[in-house]
Formats: sequence, structure tokens, C-alpha cells
Amino acid sequence: MRKPPDLSVDTFFSPAGAKEERQQINMDEMKKIMLAHGGGGRLMGDLIQRTIVPKFGDGQSVQLNDSAVVDIPAGKLCFTTDSFVVKPLFFNGGDIGKLSVCGTVNDLAVAGAKPLALSLSLILEEGLDLDVLEKILQSIGDTAKKANVNIVTGDTKVVEKGSADGVFINTAGVGVLMDHADVSFVRIKPGDVILVNGTLGDHGMTIMSQREGLKFDTPLKSDCACLHELTEMLYADLGEAVKFMRDPTRGGLAATLNEVAQSASVNVELTETALPVDKTVQTAADMLGFDLLNIANEGKVLAVVDADVADKAIELWKSHPLGQDAAVIGKTIQADDSPLVELVTKIGGRRIVQTPYGRELPRIC
Amino acid sequence: MLERIEQAKKTIHTACEKVGRQIQVMEVCGTHTVSIFRHGIRTLLPENLKMLSGPGCPVCVTDQGYIDVVMDLARRGDTIIATYGDMIRVPGKGGSLESLHRDNIKVVLSTDDGLILAKKHPDKIVVFVAVGFETTTPPSAVAVADAAREGVDNFCILSGHKLVVPAMKALLGSKNDKIDAFLCPGHVSVILGSDAYKPVVEEFKRPCVVAGFEGIQILEGLARICEQIAAGRAEIDSVYGAAVTPQGNKVAWKIITDMFEPCDGAWRGLGVIPRATIRLKDEYKQFDALHRFGIEEVPTEEPAGCQCGQVLCGLMDPPQCGLFGKKCTPDTPVGPCMVSTEGACSAWYKYGR
Repeated sequence: MRKPPDLSVDTFFSPAGAKEERQQINMDEMKKIMLAHGGGGRLMGDLIQRTIVPKFGDGQSVQLNDSAVVDIPAGKLCFTTDSFVVKPLFFNGGDIGKLSVCGTVNDLAVAGAKPLALSLSLILEEGLDLDVLEKILQSIGDTAKKANVNIVTGDTKVVEKGSADGVFINTAGVGVLMDHADVSFVRIKPGDVILVNGTLGDHGMTIMSQREGLKFDTPLKSDCACLHELTEMLYADLGEAVKFMRDPTRGGLAATLNEVAQSASVNVELTETALPVDKTVQTAADMLGFDLLNIANEGKVLAVVDADVADKAIELWKSHPLGQDAAVIGKTIQADDSPLVELVTKIGGRRIVQTPYGRELPRIC
Repeated sequence: MLERIEQAKKTIHTACEKVGRQIQVMEVCGTHTVSIFRHGIRTLLPENLKMLSGPGCPVCVTDQGYIDVVMDLARRGDTIIATYGDMIRVPGKGGSLESLHRDNIKVVLSTDDGLILAKKHPDKIVVFVAVGFETTTPPSAVAVADAAREGVDNFCILSGHKLVVPAMKALLGSKNDKIDAFLCPGHVSVILGSDAYKPVVEEFKRPCVVAGFEGIQILEGLARICEQIAAGRAEIDSVYGAAVTPQGNKVAWKIITDMFEPCDGAWRGLGVIPRATIRLKDEYKQFDALHRFGIEEVPTEEPAGCQCGQVLCGLMDPPQCGLFGKKCTPDTPVGPCMVSTEGACSAWYKYGR
């Protein structure tokens, strides 16, 4: 894998007085976040210098100026942002920190970009345990390192207790568009093939089960993961035969495919027997009355490719740990007046798949 | 599996061809309604076999007056409302529980969670929104029994629990005699036992076939129904033999009858049905929210223009309602059949063409 560009190191965040000689504050004695941690004073400087910065790589990648300076290779810049609010903060398979890195890396990756650098904005609730923050920061650092992307700039704010829910995170990311990457709805035509890299709804059902206290013999695990290696291998080998990619997060596959149908004016036909699903996840969904097509994923990429390269694409994905359950799940076909997404069911029936309402309610019985 | 599917389809088509006229089969239960749509079963049936969605979605048959009582209780300062998820968006006269934006309304997955809330908040009265059929009644009974045993005085239930068979009889008796047969719900029948459908079969001569909720079970259940109709028979049958016995779950049924008694109550669309609603017996009165808060009567009222009642009786398909897909969508539901994931209108809107 190519090394990320060398990001020049200057200073970081520039909190007022951070560089001044001052009395060291023993963070160990302060186990909780206080409003003063966001006040721009010494306490904030200490939080940044001692708690936040060291978590990211060797601590050298973060820049302490008001803006980070990033060297970029020639080409087109991709720029995205995403905010993360999740309850619980820690869940099986990940946490809000990992999510905040993966989410933005994935938004860049599916657009055909090679992720370069991220910003990190933290909104902390007064009273948050410092241990919790440290764990989240460690997770951010570890995930960014694994994804080969640097956190180069950031911000920290503290809000009064009750005004946030522990931690809210925003990350923005920049990346450079890969050669041959040309993804857009307009390139999708009837006869294209739809792929996904693995099982559906794992993240959403894990979060919901954990919230509702549902327990299973095999615990559910979020699929939270950075997907750039999967997207990059497809572009590198198949180039323009890759027409569209998207990470189907909130609203699940149903929301993404309806967007595909509407924006590309094609019908989408899914085959239920081809959809990769985890048995336990399916059981949890059945218990609560949910349709896995509507449930959020955080480690899945959906690709629309030329039919000729479908087998090759699956072969490529299956060679990667995140693509073991990759499958061709459907195709695009000529639409009539109003494009729609249809599912051919296990027993050979057909039904429409609509964009979900936005909040799934557990059923009564 | 493929063979079973093909066999069931063949049986259905052959029988329907033999009968010739239109056959109307009602799936009583909302879970069946959703399952039929999710599996695209309607697209596999012959033209003269029509599926009607029945009054078996707990949210859908819950009268608006009941919702209004829950809303009033939610607005009090001394209560916590514990409810199953799909009740919170059902509109009453003045909005839904969700629209109240109150933090004393908690979505729970079980009656147990309601009891836990009561123990955690001794200064509040926890009102459990107890709706549903024979499947959800035993857990309500157990929660009340536990509360009584453990002395959890700040727990009560607002019973909207209902009984399936009296509703089926009322439907045939006064609302819609064009129903040819019933596809009966697997989970309710686990408790009730398949013999419970005897009155429907004997008095009204309508086949009753119990099926689970998998696509193949529904198809096979329909095949048995069509065979009976073609042969001029009306019998109790089951394709869910693994779980349903003729006598049902006696333990669960005993809990229900020990603690609850039948009463007359309003069903949305069907009106007041004699002895088809159940309330706590006198000895458990203190756990009855109506008694606790001195509510004497639950008003009966339906929103203007809403045809949920007609839909629930199988007299109208959802798209025939003037509000369907216009004023009434899953985003802005007018009637409960559009709110519940198991409601006929919601299923038509989500999965139908």
C-alpha cells in the first residue's frame, strides 16, 4: 500500500496559553470533564496536549495551527464531513470513536477517493468520565492508524451537563480522487449488477439489541470498519467498469437502492436468496419486527458494476477479510414511468422495497 | 423447499380453478399481513383468490378513546407510561404519544421492563399500555402477579387486551359474511389451541387453518384452505403442528383466566363486541389503571374520513380509502392501520404496487 503523503508538522489547535510555562495540572486527579476543559485556558491546553494529541500516531501528525497544511498529490480533491451521535458509546464491534473515523473514511472511499487526512471535532458533555474519553480517543487513534490516515486538526468544546449525551463527534476528511474513478448515478444503466461485501444490518441490530438489552447465545457484532481497501481494489482492477458505490448506513440498503433507482431512473431487482445475512442478526430483526434491508450498516459497501466484471469484483472482494461474504444481490433493469426497487422473495413472490420512514418501532408481538 | 413451494402453489391454483368464483380468505393476524406482503405472496395467487386483512393487529383495533386515555395519563406529572413501540405513533384526538415529546413515555420490549421502571421510580406510577391478543396477555398477567407478590404498588396496567375468536364471530355475524375462510395466527394458536376455532367452523361453516409466519407455511396454509373450499368442507387444520396443539398452552391460558375476565369493549372498526375485551378481576383492581385513576369510561371516537374500520373488516382494501397515500402515509398516519408495522395500510403502502 502507498504511504500517505508526509504531512508537515507545526503546532496543534493553538489553545490560548498552551505554550506558556505553567503549572502542570495533574489530569489524574480530575477524572471528569469540566466546563473549563473547553474554556480555552490552561485546562483545555492540558487536555489537548496530554490526553488528545498523544493518542494519534506518534503525536506528530496533528498540527497546532488554526489550519492544518496538507500536501496533496496532483488530482481532484474530495472533501466530506459527518457527525456521530450514538448510544451506547461503546458497543460490540466498535465505539463512537472508531465509527467517527470509519464513517468519514468510507464516505471518501465510496466516492472514489483515497483518504488523506481527517479533522476531529469533539463536543463533550460536562461530567464525562475522562477514562471514557481516553478510550474513545485511543480507538480513534488506532482506527486512523490502521486506515493509514492522519488526524491533522481538530477542536474541542464542552457543553453543560444535559446538553449533550456524553460525546458527540464530527470528523471531516479530504482525499484525492483515484485514477479511473468515475462514480455517479448517471453512469448506471439497465443491465448493471449490484454487489455488496457482506451481511446486512449487523450494526443497526447490534446497537438496538444492546439498547434493548436483548441477549443471544452468539452476541451480535457491529460491522463497523474502514472500507477504503475494498473500494480501492475495485477501482485499481476494474476502473471505469465500476459505476457507483455507496456505504448503506442509516436507512440501510433500502434507502440507498431507492436513491439509485430514482437518481438513475432504473428499476432495481433484488434477489432475496442472494442477500447475505447473519442468522443471529436475522433472528433479532424478526423478534423486533424489522426488515434487515432497512437497518444501518457501518462496514458495508454497495457497488453497481458492469455485468461483465461482476465475477471478477466478487473474486477481488472475497480475497479481503471484509469481503468474505460478498455477493451479487441484484441487477438494474429498464424502468417504466416511476422507478422502483423490487425484491424477488425466497418463495418466488415479488414485493416493493421502499425508503424506510426513518425510525423503526419494535412491534408488539 | 422448492418442491414444497411448487406443490402448494399448484394445489392453490387447481382448487381455485375448480371453485371458479372469487374466494375471500382473511388472514386474521397483522403478523400474517406483513409476512404475506414481505414474501410477495399475493403475486403468486390466482386472480380469484383474494386475501383480506383482518382485525388481528393489536394497534389497529385499539380504539382512539383508549389512546386518548393514555395521552391524558401521560400528561399527568406523576406517571411513567411504559408502552410497546408501535403504540407511540398512533394518533389520538390531540396527537400521538410521540408528539407529546415527554420523557415520561418509555418504549419497552416487555412487561418486565415496565415493572423494573416501577421499582426504579417509586415516586411515580408506572402505567403499562397493555394491548394485544392472547400472545401478549400472559406477560401482562405475570407482571401484575409479580407486582402483587412483591408489593410494587406503583405499577398498573391499562388493559386493552382482546380475544381473537369472539372478534372472528362478530365479524362473520354482523360485518362481513363474505369471508370464505380464515388463515389463523400461529402464535395466538400456540396459547389458544386450534380447538378454539371450533365455534367458527361449527356455527359459521368456515375453514380455519393455523399457519406460522414463514412464506412457505403461509402458502401451505392457503393450500389447505383452498382444498377445503373446493371440497365443500369446513374444518380446523394446522400446518404449524410443531408448535400448536388442539388444547393450546394450558398454563398460559390458566394465568389469563385466573386474573382477567371478559367484558364488552370497543374495537376500532367493529364497535363494541360482547365479551371480546378483557379486564383485570376485582381482586387485582388496584393494578387496573382505570380504577387507580378513577376513569369511569373510555370514550369511543374515530377520526373523520378514516376508513380503518372498513379495512379491518375486510370490506375495503386500503388503496380504496380516500386518505390512503395522500393525507395518510407512514410519515403522517391518520389511522392506526398506517402506524403499526403490522397494519394493513402500512403493509400495502410499503410493499404493494
